[in-house]
Amino acid sequence: MSETVKKFLYVNRKAPYGTIYAQESLEVVLIGAAFDQDVSMAFLDDGVFQLTKGQDTKEIGLKNFSPTFRALGDFEVTKLYVEKESLAERGLTLDDLQNIEYEDEDDDWAEKPSIRLVSRAEMADVMADQDVILSF
Amino acid sequence: MKFGIVVNEGPYTHQASDTAYNFAKAALAGGHEISRVFFYHDGVNVGTRLSIPPQDDRQIQEQWTALAKEHELDLVICIAAAQRRGLLDENEATRQGKDANNIADGFRISGLGQLIEMGIQADRTVTFGD
Amino acid sequence: MATLHTVNKSPFATQSLLSCLAHAKAGDTVLMIEDGVYGASAGTGLAEAVAGLGGGVTLAVLAPDLMARGIDAARLMDGVKSVDYAGFVDLAATHDRTQSWL
Repeated sequence: MSETVKKFLYVNRKAPYGTIYAQESLEVVLIGAAFDQDVSMAFLDDGVFQLTKGQDTKEIGLKNFSPTFRALGDFEVTKLYVEKESLAERGLTLDDLQNIEYEDEDDDWAEKPSIRLVSRAEMADVMADQDVILSF
Repeated sequence: MKFGIVVNEGPYTHQASDTAYNFAKAALAGGHEISRVFFYHDGVNVGTRLSIPPQDDRQIQEQWTALAKEHELDLVICIAAAQRRGLLDENEATRQGKDANNIADGFRISGLGQLIEMGIQADRTVTFGD
Repeated sequence: MATLHTVNKSPFATQSLLSCLAHAKAGDTVLMIEDGVYGASAGTGLAEAVAGLGGGVTLAVLAPDLMARGIDAARLMDGVKSVDYAGFVDLAATHDRTQSWL
């Protein structure tokens, strides 16, 4: 669709369900996948809550959109940077998060984790490396 | 510079659309171009022509319509966010079987792809939200 | 490759300013806009966090938002630059990317 390839970072800092930002930003990522850009997602501060396992929205009546994260690999969005300090501050570990994987076509379709745990300093480096940063 | 502007919040409740408008005006006055203004989340509500704000306060939708007309700006309202919130143009209303439409002059409804395209084409992308 | 960060919320209401400062790198500018301008006042609990930046990050504040809120420019922290909307546009143009901490 386009000759130019830019590095796009989608920054997620808000919890799911209390507001629509988490869900609608995911919709941008999925549509954006068609443009063949170099896409990464950043989860920090309350954004890390978006990735937790076991979300069951039946009783609140909102759509549970968390399974959609597992489809990201099929859309070639394979870099989900999750900030360690944000997890720790919230009493979470990697085990509390969904298992999100992609199939690496350069490695015989081996399944690899899309979630990349990074420190705050590394997250700052990821951010500083981008062309376009979209926040919601 | 070519600026891409994203407006994530609706009129009056948040200052976002005002700050975006003031930024856009300053950018144009400074000789820059605005590639596109993309309205997402509640930002789609900036584009209703049915608002009747108090006369002693700024008229947010009208300001954008006027700025767009003066500078040939591309004001794009995200279709998915608009459908959720009931912001329709004539086509959408007919297509979806609704008995009215409410989009203001100077705005057009289009897909999320327009946001990505804006990010690709603009030199700088600035987001205004909550 | 510097970033212009914008912060639009009061640091007494949310963590956005602190989170932004924790991720800003030397050479970046943090511009406080809208309710974020309250973060530019001197004599608040923020002085330490800001001092901890070690001077590599430029702090700026959008003057029209200060005026709207009746904040006297004389009450700002040392070293905070005051800009108008034209200055905001310049900052966005001269930095490589803009990141909004919403």
